[in-house]
Amino acid sequence: MKVALLAGGLSLERAVSLESGRRVAEALRELGHEVVRVDPGAELASELGAASPDLAFIALHGRDGEDGTIQALLDLAGIPFTGPGVAACRLSSDKGLAKHVFGMKGVPTPAWIPISEPAIRDYGAAAGLPGAVERLGLPLVVKPASQGSALGLTVVTDPAELVSAVVTALSYGESALLEEWVEGRELAVPVIGGEALPAVEAIPTERPTYDFEARYEIGAARFEAPARLPGELGKEVFEVALAACESLGCLDLARVDMLVGEQGPRVIEVDPVPGLTATSLVPQSAEAAGMPFESLIERIVAQAGVRNP
Amino acid sequence: MRKMMSITSRPEVISLAGGLPDTSTFPVDLYEEIVLGIAGEGLGTALQYGPTEGLQGLREAIPGVMAREGTGAEPEDVTITTGGQQALDLVTRSLVDPGDVLICDAPTYPGALPTFQASEADVIQVECDREGMKTDLLEQTLTELEAGGKRPKFIYSVPTFQNPGGMTLSLERRHQMVEIARRFEILIVEDNPYGLLRFEGEPLPSLYSIDGGGFVIYVGTFSKIVAAGLRLGWVVAPPPVREKLVVTKQAADLCTSNFVQEFALRFLESGRFDEYLESLKLLYRARRDAMLGAISEFFPHGAEWSRPEGGLFVWASLPEVIDTGDLLARALADGVAFVPGTEAFVDGRGASSMRLNFSGVPEERIIDGIRRIGQLADGMLGLYETIANTAELPLPGTIARPERGDRK
Repeated sequence: MKVALLAGGLSLERAVSLESGRRVAEALRELGHEVVRVDPGAELASELGAASPDLAFIALHGRDGEDGTIQALLDLAGIPFTGPGVAACRLSSDKGLAKHVFGMKGVPTPAWIPISEPAIRDYGAAAGLPGAVERLGLPLVVKPASQGSALGLTVVTDPAELVSAVVTALSYGESALLEEWVEGRELAVPVIGGEALPAVEAIPTERPTYDFEARYEIGAARFEAPARLPGELGKEVFEVALAACESLGCLDLARVDMLVGEQGPRVIEVDPVPGLTATSLVPQSAEAAGMPFESLIERIVAQAGVRNP
Repeated sequence: MRKMMSITSRPEVISLAGGLPDTSTFPVDLYEEIVLGIAGEGLGTALQYGPTEGLQGLREAIPGVMAREGTGAEPEDVTITTGGQQALDLVTRSLVDPGDVLICDAPTYPGALPTFQASEADVIQVECDREGMKTDLLEQTLTELEAGGKRPKFIYSVPTFQNPGGMTLSLERRHQMVEIARRFEILIVEDNPYGLLRFEGEPLPSLYSIDGGGFVIYVGTFSKIVAAGLRLGWVVAPPPVREKLVVTKQAADLCTSNFVQEFALRFLESGRFDEYLESLKLLYRARRDAMLGAISEFFPHGAEWSRPEGGLFVWASLPEVIDTGDLLARALADGVAFVPGTEAFVDGRGASSMRLNFSGVPEERIIDGIRRIGQLADGMLGLYETIANTAELPLPGTIARPERGDRK
């Protein structure tokens, strides 16, 4: 099969994407596919036209690659692609929208309040911030709605930090959210083709929360795969992960990040194009399930075939 | 931060982030002449290994380059290196043990920090103002260290058209720094990549020439005055240090490329070096002027910036409430890049500052880039004010509540 591998792009997570792409390209070649590497930019549509691949493997992170932009372009070009479709990507890449859906579908998620630059600028929405702090309590998390990799995220412990934290979060996108701080274990559960793979636990070694650096620098966080989850809890974690994916339409492929505290699992985000670097969680989980990297890639490719028969 | 910067390699992005010299104006006929000359007469040497300290001919020519700034040096004290960066690395690896203290400018050349950190040095940064490192603070720092039984291995400084600050160490402070180093018996590593790129003002003597080569190690490079792609630099050091550097270099790469050394030597001997240097200065001066003009037009009220008399960089500081890391995220989304100030410090300082390069980008792109950065900074300030004033939330101790309409 001729596979166009989309990696790089214009997002802040370009470096991670290139690293994912490098590994995926190797695996696809090992699997006997012909690989055409594409670094999406102004010429993307014509490059895809020239390559005319049987499948596009999306290894793009951050804006465009995760938010449905590239998926819509591929739909238009009639090229099947890996991972969820346009609507699912749009929903899950906006953490605020995703939380609305979770609320409607009964998926547990930490309490939150949305905030956006237009609402602040045009409608005085900042007036609600002191009330938001009262409702959510301190510490609280301020983060961009659309950015992956914990870029622009601040854990606010003192109200004096809030103004800067909101400006920071809104530097990574037009909307942001204030979220209740949940004390608990950080788990990631990959889902492929409606099946959950073993949970991976991220145990930060230095910082108070699992941030961009910790996520990609070896040594900044310690990972345990599979996470140690006693019987009932393990079952609940899987159920919540699948429910989150189902609610967003992401059962094809996603990584569900959740916090497990006293009140059980709470979903914080669903990433429809999870990282596939050497330190990424989905490959670690697959390995724990006895699935080498190549088999993981094969499965993602096969799932694209199921969705695009 | 470094990961985020990956996007700057895309051609769509106006990158004011790198320290790139302009390589588009190197005379093609001269390039051909040099390379054909090597092919005709010098291939045997050019394609061979060479002595670790460098080709004798080039070592003899280096003092001529330094003499253009009035610095005298002896060929036997010169070691040729693979770029100035290797000189810095060799000096650090040869002299520094884990836990040793190093002194450097605040802000300092961001590329020096990983080198120092690789040797597990304890880096202490001494504040700079418009006249470079504050020598009274240097003296105070050294006195305090001495009282604690610590003597730094060296003082690292870029005294002329500093990277990233753009400022130049004043004549008085040059003499003071050398005097302090002698008194405390500490080496100075003088990194001088930009000294020959002076567009205006009077040249100042190098620390090396003031000292006479007793306590000062001089690092030079062809990167900004000929071509960065050559990866060719040099270090001038007193004999005991030089011997250590040669041993370390032997382990690192045996020798710097003979071909590249031949190229540089023939370039210096072509008689066109000064003419090329003049053309670079004209080019950079115009770009600097474009950048300074655009900054004063587009940057928000309360911003401050350096006005370098040469070199490649402007250092700008925005009102304290702007974090230039956040501004960079906005800027990258808008297709423009710079180096956030925190990269030039080991301790998180510089959060409202940025380094802007003017040598590697044509004037119209510089103006466009600065305009975008200025507009984004304005937007951030406006957002900050709106939130602070609407929400009436407490603000950090050092920051006063903004007054509406206090901006341009």
